[in-house]
Amino acid sequence: MRFRRNTPATISLFFLAALILLVILWPWIAPYSWETISDAQFQPPSWQHWFGTDVHGRDLLTRVIFGARVSLLVGVVGAGVAFVIGVAWGAVAGYVGGRFDGLMMRFVDVLYSLPSIIFVIVLLTTLKDGVTTWLTSAVGPRAAAQAPMLLLFAGLGAVSWLTMARIVRGQVLALRNRAFVDASRSLGASHARIIWRHILPNVWGIVIVYLTLTVPSVILYESFLSYLGLGIQPPMASWGSLVAEGAGQLNPIRIYWWLLVFPSAMLVTTLLALNFLGDGLRDAFDPKGQI
Amino acid sequence: MFFLKRFLFLVPLLLVISFLAFILMRLAPGGPFDSERAPASPEIERAIRAKYRLDQPLLKQYAHYLADLSKGDLGLSTKYRNHTVNDIIVSALPVSLTLGGLAFFFALALGIPWGVVMAVQRGRWGDYFWGLLSLLAACIPALVIGPLLVLSLAVKGGWFPVALWESPLHVILPTLTLGLLFAGKVARLVRESMTTTLQSEFITAARAKGLSESEILIKHALRLALLPVISFSAPMLADLLTGSFVVETIFQIPGLGVFFINSSLNRDYPLLMGLVLLYAAMLLLLNLVADILLAKLDPRVKYE
Repeated sequence: MRFRRNTPATISLFFLAALILLVILWPWIAPYSWETISDAQFQPPSWQHWFGTDVHGRDLLTRVIFGARVSLLVGVVGAGVAFVIGVAWGAVAGYVGGRFDGLMMRFVDVLYSLPSIIFVIVLLTTLKDGVTTWLTSAVGPRAAAQAPMLLLFAGLGAVSWLTMARIVRGQVLALRNRAFVDASRSLGASHARIIWRHILPNVWGIVIVYLTLTVPSVILYESFLSYLGLGIQPPMASWGSLVAEGAGQLNPIRIYWWLLVFPSAMLVTTLLALNFLGDGLRDAFDPKGQI
Repeated sequence: MFFLKRFLFLVPLLLVISFLAFILMRLAPGGPFDSERAPASPEIERAIRAKYRLDQPLLKQYAHYLADLSKGDLGLSTKYRNHTVNDIIVSALPVSLTLGGLAFFFALALGIPWGVVMAVQRGRWGDYFWGLLSLLAACIPALVIGPLLVLSLAVKGGWFPVALWESPLHVILPTLTLGLLFAGKVARLVRESMTTTLQSEFITAARAKGLSESEILIKHALRLALLPVISFSAPMLADLLTGSFVVETIFQIPGLGVFFINSSLNRDYPLLMGLVLLYAAMLLLLNLVADILLAKLDPRVKYE
């Protein structure tokens, strides 16, 4: 209820829902394919090509929506990893406590002490060849072409759960000694049941809020890496790589502004919408909030 | 005492990071010389491998690395031949620090007044307008604002150079690109803490004493409202350092970030390793300094 009164958050929710629907339905309604090369190079926006065309004559609108698929998927995968590993790790560490807790959290601290982007870049660099050869032998050369993307997902997933684990642990630590947990324990409930039925339901609110904030940060990391040429490689597309392609075409003689402006606008709008959504959810779940 | 302990804890932490990074890099298939022409003879190849100590067992290589590291020697770059990693860091670090420092001060100089204006105008349309603008600034990544600034102000307008790092004029666009996002974040942070501070009792007391509004704002409220900015400064400087990867790439600035990205693309492991350690050490120290500063400035903060 409190959420619906927050107009920016509601608009953002509709925008994101529409974007996801468009991304899913696009292959059926699109007149162009994201990889078909044509002679119509560098066409400015027109009725045939709403966002114009790129260096290979590909329709930019189609590529931007195809890029949305990768960018959104990365965000969802990052949030999924944060949800599964982060919550499990934090809940176990907080519930067991003691030396085991210390050990688990020191592991998180070590990973945390490096900026996550540097950690991801080192992972991407060192594991790329191994994963590619493994995929070629295990699945086939077609799957090996997806290696950079899979690795990107894995790398971003590897850092996205750390903050979640810390937050959940803190919450669980505070809940563990509350009277209702003791009551349940004295009634003979197993540890798994106590965690699942009594502790985690009290944590979901903050988990959901934090998940919506994880999605934009992972999308941002993905665009960062793809812009630098370390993430999604052409002919695949993500918003980061599309902005990079647009920036690569900057020259004083002919200005192809649409190559830069449209992918940038989509990226910024989506980040803005996700942040509005996160703020709205935080206000809605905040027990201290009024209204 | 607490800080001394934390400072001493940095050493084992850096050792763990260096060990993990070293193992990852050495176990990765594909050496740094794979992409080059086959060496003239097996002897030359053996000589090259011996020069970079690739022919020894893994742990021995690491022990050698640590021994060199303790003397301050980070080894030889495999891509930039005849350059040591130390040379590269010495040439690139000042550039990155200048860029990061300028962007840091730009973010504070713009963000703090911005946040104060929003807090003072709270609830009025000025708050909403500047607030929306600050949220927008905080959501525009450097890789978007950078090329757009180049397109509008350098390529089309012609007022600024498109790239490189030479005159003071070259510095403006990269600083803007790197700092704008953080200015927005600082503004939002200051607005939040300033609003809370302005509602506290000692401000009412100061008003009752008859102090002027500007005196209350600057002498009393701002002092307290800036504390969150200090604790935000350490992660912000860290983000500025990594954010400069993109900015240095956009403007072709010869800083650490470009070398870091290139060392990753070329799999120049000694350089990558040296830079990872440098970044880790800088960030850990930054966090420590921010905590010490906070404890000094805020009597309420206590560390055990």
